[in-house]
Amino acid sequence: MFYREAGQFKTSYAADQAIFPILQDRIFVAFLLLVAFVVVPVVANEYWLSTILLPFLVFSLAAVGLNLLTGYCGQLSLGTGGFMACGAFAAYKLSTGFPELNIVVVMLASGVITALVGVLFGLPSLRIKGFYLAVATLAAQFFLLWLFNKFAWFTNYSPSGVISAPPRAVFGDFFVTGPQATPAGKYLFALTLVALLALAAKNMVRCRVGRSWMAIRDMDIAAEIIGIRPLTAKLSAFAVSSFYIGVAGAMWAFVYTGSVEALAFQIDRSFQILFMIIIGGLGSILGSFLGAAFITLLPIFLSNAPNIFGLSISVDTVSHFEFMIFGALIVFFLIVEPHGLARLWQIAKEKLRLWPFPY
Amino acid sequence: MSAFFIDPFVDIFSYPAFFLEVLIGGLLAGVMYSLVALGFVLIFKASGVFNFAQGAMVLFAALTLVGLIDLGAPVWLAIVATIAVMVTLAMSIEKVVLRPLVNQPAIILFMATIGISYFLDGFGQTIWGSEIKTLEVGIPKSPLMVGEVLISRFDLFAGLTAGVLVAVLAIFFQKTRVGRALRAVADDHQAAMSVGIPLRTIWVIVWSVAGIVALVAGIMWGSKLGVQFSIVLVALKALPVLILGGFTSIPGAIVGGLIIGSGEKVAEVFWGPALGGAIEDWFGYMLAMLFLLFRPQGLFGEKIIERV
Amino acid sequence: MHAARQIGGPLLQVENISLSFGGVRALANISFEIREHEVLAIIGPNGAGKSSMLNVINGFYHPQEGRITYKGKTRARMRPHQAAAQGIARTFQNIALFKGMSTLDNIMTGRLLKMRQPFFMQALYLGPAKREELEHRAFCERIIDFLEIQAIRKTPVGRLPYGLQKRVELARALAAEPELLLLDEPMAGMNVEEKEDMCRFVLDVNEHFGTTIALIEHDMGVVMDISDRVVVLDYGRKLADGTPDEVRADQAVIDAYLGVSHEETASAAAE
Repeated sequence: MFYREAGQFKTSYAADQAIFPILQDRIFVAFLLLVAFVVVPVVANEYWLSTILLPFLVFSLAAVGLNLLTGYCGQLSLGTGGFMACGAFAAYKLSTGFPELNIVVVMLASGVITALVGVLFGLPSLRIKGFYLAVATLAAQFFLLWLFNKFAWFTNYSPSGVISAPPRAVFGDFFVTGPQATPAGKYLFALTLVALLALAAKNMVRCRVGRSWMAIRDMDIAAEIIGIRPLTAKLSAFAVSSFYIGVAGAMWAFVYTGSVEALAFQIDRSFQILFMIIIGGLGSILGSFLGAAFITLLPIFLSNAPNIFGLSISVDTVSHFEFMIFGALIVFFLIVEPHGLARLWQIAKEKLRLWPFPY
Repeated sequence: MSAFFIDPFVDIFSYPAFFLEVLIGGLLAGVMYSLVALGFVLIFKASGVFNFAQGAMVLFAALTLVGLIDLGAPVWLAIVATIAVMVTLAMSIEKVVLRPLVNQPAIILFMATIGISYFLDGFGQTIWGSEIKTLEVGIPKSPLMVGEVLISRFDLFAGLTAGVLVAVLAIFFQKTRVGRALRAVADDHQAAMSVGIPLRTIWVIVWSVAGIVALVAGIMWGSKLGVQFSIVLVALKALPVLILGGFTSIPGAIVGGLIIGSGEKVAEVFWGPALGGAIEDWFGYMLAMLFLLFRPQGLFGEKIIERV
Repeated sequence: MHAARQIGGPLLQVENISLSFGGVRALANISFEIREHEVLAIIGPNGAGKSSMLNVINGFYHPQEGRITYKGKTRARMRPHQAAAQGIARTFQNIALFKGMSTLDNIMTGRLLKMRQPFFMQALYLGPAKREELEHRAFCERIIDFLEIQAIRKTPVGRLPYGLQKRVELARALAAEPELLLLDEPMAGMNVEEKEDMCRFVLDVNEHFGTTIALIEHDMGVVMDISDRVVVLDYGRKLADGTPDEVRADQAVIDAYLGVSHEETASAAAE
C-alpha cells in the first residue's frame, strides 16, 4: 500500500533511466545512506565496527568486482584471492615506497596495478570458455600467492612474511589506517570508498560497457556479429573487476585487519567471494552486498549458536560443523532460489506493492 | 640468467640417470593425479556437471576406510563397506542435490558441488576426526633399483592400479548396456530420456562409479601421505590435468596426468632452485593455461565448429 | 508499390566463393550481387548453403576461395565485428538475442557501435555520457514504435513468445542503422498473421530507410511477393538468379523443387 509507483509518471527518458526510478526507493536509499554515514559511526560499538561492518564492506567491494566479471560478463573466475593479495601487496609497496602519497591515491593505484595483472591473466579468456577458463584462473591464484610468499621484496624483507599498514590520514590528521585510526574512522573511510565505487559500478552496468559485457555473457557469437569486439569487452571486464578486487584487497590489509600475510588470500577466499555473488545474485550489484552480508554474518552466528543453546562443543568440532552447515546452506539456497537474495528482495518488493491487500 | 636457461640443461645432460629417475617419479606421481581426474571426467561426461566435490569424495572415502580399519574391521570388509557408503552417498546426492537442480545452468550445479564438497569435508571430519591417520593396506613401499635408476615400488603399484582401472572403465563404457546408456546421456539428456533411458538411475550409477574411483585414489593418496585434510588440496592438482586432457576424455585424464606430473617434477628439480623453489604449486596450472592458448579444446577434444 | 525507391548499382558482390568444412563442401563457386536498395531473397532447400552464405558475407565464416566486394572495396579476411562496423547487420535463423537482458537493452546493444563516450564518463554517468545514453534511447524508442513493441520494452526477452523475439531481433539489427541487412528466415515458425506483419516491416524498412535487404525464406508466396530478385541455391551451388518471374520459369529450379534426382540433372546438363 505504501510501496506503489501508481501516479508516478515519467516524462523524460532521463527519469526512466535513473537507478531508482521509484520515489519510495529513493527515499529508502537516502535513509539507508543517512544511517550508514551518520547514525552507525555514533551508535555502533567497536566490536560491531571492526568485526562485522568492516569485513562486510571489504567483502562487498570484492563481491561487486567479481560480479562484474562473472555475473555481468559471464567469465567464471576462481582467482579472486590472488587478486586481493595483489591489491594488498601493491598498496603496501606503494605506501612504504612513497610515504608522501595520499592513502586514497594508494588505494586506487593498487587497484590499477591489480587491473593490469588481471588483464594479463584474462588473456586466456579470448580462447577458452566456461570451466576451462575457471580452472585457468586458478593459475593466477596459485602463482600470485607463491610470488608474494617467495620473494621477500614484497614484504620489505619482513622475516614473518607479514605486512603491516603504515599509519596514514586523510584531510591532514584524520587517521584511517595504522594504530592511531579509530574503528569509526576506518569504517567511514571504507564506507565512502565502497559507496562511490558501487555507484560507479552501477553506472557502468547500465551504460555501453555493461551492455557489451552482458551481450558477451548471453551469447558471445551474436555479440560479435552486432559489432562488439570480444577482446575489448572481455579484457575490460577483467580489468574493471580486478580493479575492484584489488582495492578490496588493499582495504582488507590496510583498513580491516591492519596487518596481513599472503596466506590470508588462499583459494578459500576465492570461493568465499564466489559464494557471496551466487547467494546474493549473479548480475546484481545489490546482490553483491546482500551476499557479502550473509556470508559475513553466517560464521559469526554459527560460532555463537552453541552458546545460545547452552552447549559446549570443542572448537575443532565447531569448525567442522561450520563447514557442514555452510555446504548444506549453499545447496539449500541454490535449490530454493538459484537467482539469489537479490531476486528474493525483488519478489518481496512485488508483494509489498499490494500489501496489505491480497490483490 | 644462465641459472635459468643453461644450468638446468647442463644438469640434465650430465646426469641422465638422475633425470630419468626424476622423470619416472614424476610420471608415476602424475598417475595419482589422473586417478582423481578420472572421477571428474566420469561425472562430467555423464551429466555435464563439473563435480568440484571429487577431491572431498577422495578424502571422505579414505577417512571412512581408515576409520573402519581402526575400528577393527579386516581390510577387505572395510573396503566393501566403504564402497557401500560411497554408493549411498551417490544416491543421496542424486536425490537431495541433483534432482531438484535438474535443468539449472551448469554454473549453479558447479556451485552446488562446491557446497557438497564443504559438507563432505566437515561431515567426514566430524565423524572420523581430523588428526592424520596412517593407512596400511599392504602396498609394498620399498624402492626398486632398475639399472642406475631408483623407482618407488609404491608408485609403480599406483601406476598399475590406474592402468587396470582405466581398462575396466573403458570396457564398462564401451561394451555394457549401462555404458551405452551413459554415453547417450552424455550426448543429450533429453534425447536419452525420450528413448527410455532412466536418467536418475544413470546418475546414481555414474556417481557411484566416481565414488569408487575416489576410493581407489583415496587408498593410494592415503597410503602415500597419510589420511588428512590436505588430500583435498592435492585433489586440486587434478584440475590442470583436466583442462590439459579435456573434460570428457578418459585417455586425456591419464595422459594429462602424466604430462603434469612429470612436467612439474622436472621443473621443480631442475628449474625450481633458480626461481626460489616450490614452483610445483602453480607449474601445472601455468602449463595447462599456456597449452590452452594454443589448443583451446585440450589434448583430446575435437575442434569445435561454431554455428549460428 | 516500390515506386519511391530507386534500385542502384551493386552494393556487395560475391565472386566465386567456395567454402568447405573439413571434407564437406558447403558452398561451391558461388557468385551473385546485391544491389543498393533492393530486397534480395536467397532460397533453396535445407542444407543448400543459404545460412553459410550469410555467414560468409558478415565475416563469420572465411571462405577458402573467392572474394567479396563491398561498396566497391574488395575486402580481406575480416571478423564479424568489423563487418558490423561497416554497416552490415543481421538476424539469425535460431534467434540470437541476449536472453538475460530486457527488450530495450537488447535494442540498445545495436547502438553500441555508435556510442563514443569514454569509459570513465560512463562510470560517472555525468554530462556527455548521460546525454549520449539518452539520445540513443530516443533513437531506440523510434524503432520500438516502428515495430510496435512498446508494451514489451522492459520485459526480459527470454520470456517473450517466439514471434515477438524475432521482431526484437529485427529491432536490434535496425538499431545499428545498417546499409545492408541480412535476415535469416525472418518468418520461420510464424503464423499467417505474424508473417504478414513481418512482411510489412521488411518492406517498410526497405522503403523508408532505403536499407538493402538480403533475406533467406522458405515460404515461396512471401518470397515472390516481396523480393525484387531471387538467388536459388542447391547443394552449395547456384541454380539461378533473377526476378521472381524469371526464377519461377527456370527449368533447373523447377527440377530442384519438384525433386528430379541429381544424376538426371547432371546428365541433362551434360547434354
